[in-house]
Amino acid sequence: MAAVLPSAGKQSQVSAQRKSRTGYFLLLPGMTWLAIFFAIPFVTLFMTSLQAPVAGKSGQYVPAFQVSNYPDALAEYWPQFLRSFLYAGIATGLALLIAYPLAYFIAFKAGRWRALMLVLVIAPSFASFLLRTYAWKTILSDEGFITSFFNALHLLPDDRILNTSIAVVAGLTYNFLPFMILPLYAALEKIDPRLLEASNDLYASAFTTFRKITWPLSLPGVVAGTLLTFIPAAGDYINSELLGSTQDRMIGNVIQTNFIEFRDYPTASALSFVLMAVILVMVFTYIRRAGTEDLV
Amino acid sequence: MANEGTHNVEDLHLQNLTKKFGEVAAVDDLTLTIPAGSFFALLGASGCGKTTTLRMVAGLEEPTSGSIHIGQNDITNLRAFQRPVNTVFQSYALFPHLDIFENVAFGLRRRKVKNIDAAVNSMLELVELAPMARRKPTQLSGGQQQRVAVARALINQPDVLLLDEPLGALDLKLRRQMQIELKRIQTEVGTTFVHVTHDQEEAMAMADTVAVMNAGRIEQMGHPADIYELPKTVFVANFLGQANLFAGVRTGTSSDSIEVVANGINFRVLSARNSAPSDEVIVGIRPEKMTILDLHDKETIPSGHNMLEGRVIDVSYAGVSTQYLVETTWGQNVTVFEQNVLVGDRSSVGDPVVLHWSPDHTFGLAGGETVLADTAQILAVGA
Repeated sequence: MAAVLPSAGKQSQVSAQRKSRTGYFLLLPGMTWLAIFFAIPFVTLFMTSLQAPVAGKSGQYVPAFQVSNYPDALAEYWPQFLRSFLYAGIATGLALLIAYPLAYFIAFKAGRWRALMLVLVIAPSFASFLLRTYAWKTILSDEGFITSFFNALHLLPDDRILNTSIAVVAGLTYNFLPFMILPLYAALEKIDPRLLEASNDLYASAFTTFRKITWPLSLPGVVAGTLLTFIPAAGDYINSELLGSTQDRMIGNVIQTNFIEFRDYPTASALSFVLMAVILVMVFTYIRRAGTEDLV
Repeated sequence: MANEGTHNVEDLHLQNLTKKFGEVAAVDDLTLTIPAGSFFALLGASGCGKTTTLRMVAGLEEPTSGSIHIGQNDITNLRAFQRPVNTVFQSYALFPHLDIFENVAFGLRRRKVKNIDAAVNSMLELVELAPMARRKPTQLSGGQQQRVAVARALINQPDVLLLDEPLGALDLKLRRQMQIELKRIQTEVGTTFVHVTHDQEEAMAMADTVAVMNAGRIEQMGHPADIYELPKTVFVANFLGQANLFAGVRTGTSSDSIEVVANGINFRVLSARNSAPSDEVIVGIRPEKMTILDLHDKETIPSGHNMLEGRVIDVSYAGVSTQYLVETTWGQNVTVFEQNVLVGDRSSVGDPVVLHWSPDHTFGLAGGETVLADTAQILAVGA
């Protein structure tokens, strides 16, 4: 035994080394992709955000270190920033309210309809995002039945939905709903139904069982779903562009307009950077607060 | 336990309890009284309705008809969380997001009991897990998780503790250990334990009373030794240990026994040990009750013993005992266990032998050939 063991150990050491090297090789394509499509653009964007304009020539900039681009951009566009986070926050909250019962139903009650329901959740994604948002333009139009219905009840402050903040938030909620449903479903589906029976057996009513067992165990899904909804919603500009008025512009619209129309690249870049930074800070605070370091 | 003695334990009564899934009756008109403070085992193959029975008592399954009482108290229509009954689940079903302490405290917190800390700590003491209080269930071994599951249920001082195959996930050695442990805890707290299992050795080792279930009905119920020594049906004879069975016909009756002829051989069965109502009798004998002799020593067999000649076709030595497979003259295989008390010659394959046993160990069962065939099928499906 003693004579055999060391050589066996050596052999496994060699194979372990080979294995770890294989790991790095597998990383190569991903790292290359990240370098070309993330790291380089990231640096370029940052440098652009510090460029200074060429006097008298609109749309032309020279490399510089003009840090004042940042406070200037923020001073001008902070309302759109706030609006973005507000709209994205409301949309995320609504999506959670709609998605949780649906995901719960699919996970626990749907039985043999489960697969079909999941397909139905994903099915709209087969049509383009833009196309679906255009469709909402028609659905929410002033002549549409939804607007007439709510008008009949005198529930609309401006007598219309399209070109109001309601339409923008509704569009955001609709477009990012699947990103809420799927992680929630994944988390709920993993819960062993016997845990719910055990809780029931231990004097917890259905409601208490939800509060003490189902909800805490679904938190990883809630965290993942809210992040996957909030982050893209905060940076979105299509919904505001197509469904909102000029009063409802979000930060995505501002960045887009500055790049494409005003050709004010430094301001647009600075805004992009700030958006990224703010979202990162919010996400980290949120994960820390949710106490799910070991869950996510 | 904190208030041992003040806790009034009462009998559990099941009255005509039936559960149908579609047209199939999983539990079929079951009437049963489980005495307070007893360790009761429901034994049966998978699909026999034992777990369904347990789940109906727990309130996790609704009976199609019939009633469940604890003492005078009808609990048939109470919801699971309203019943004075707790369950130890098959896979333990410990709450993964709560630590051991909170898992055990769960039931007390729901009922807003005071002094939870003291109760939980003394319960963890009882199951010897006090140092693990702040660990999560996944950080515990299978045996420890099992004890947490018992503690979590038992701390609520239920009238009846239900155990659904609680040792099924443990390895053999740990299972033996936990059997003793559970038995100790049961004696200590005096709660009625209803234990569901498919492991006949486990049922016999732990329970005061074993009920053997088959196809939604109880085949036989009693003290483990009683039903093992004197099974009343072919199913019980085969499910609880092993049995050699010979189908025959009654040919005579004397004052204390009957004569049965099976395959041309005369067997004597004591009338007190015969449960066959008609002349169709199956003669049964447990393998360890038989003695195997070389055919030449036939004259040493005590008079009045049943005997049977054959040829050894297989010998397997298992340390404690040796198992022989003997082929009878009509081609049936008979199993014989012989304790390895003596060192020396054993019968070997091909030897002509004679088997004999006392009528005191022989039993008579109702039926004919069809019963044997049916039961063989049930057991094959169950296994």
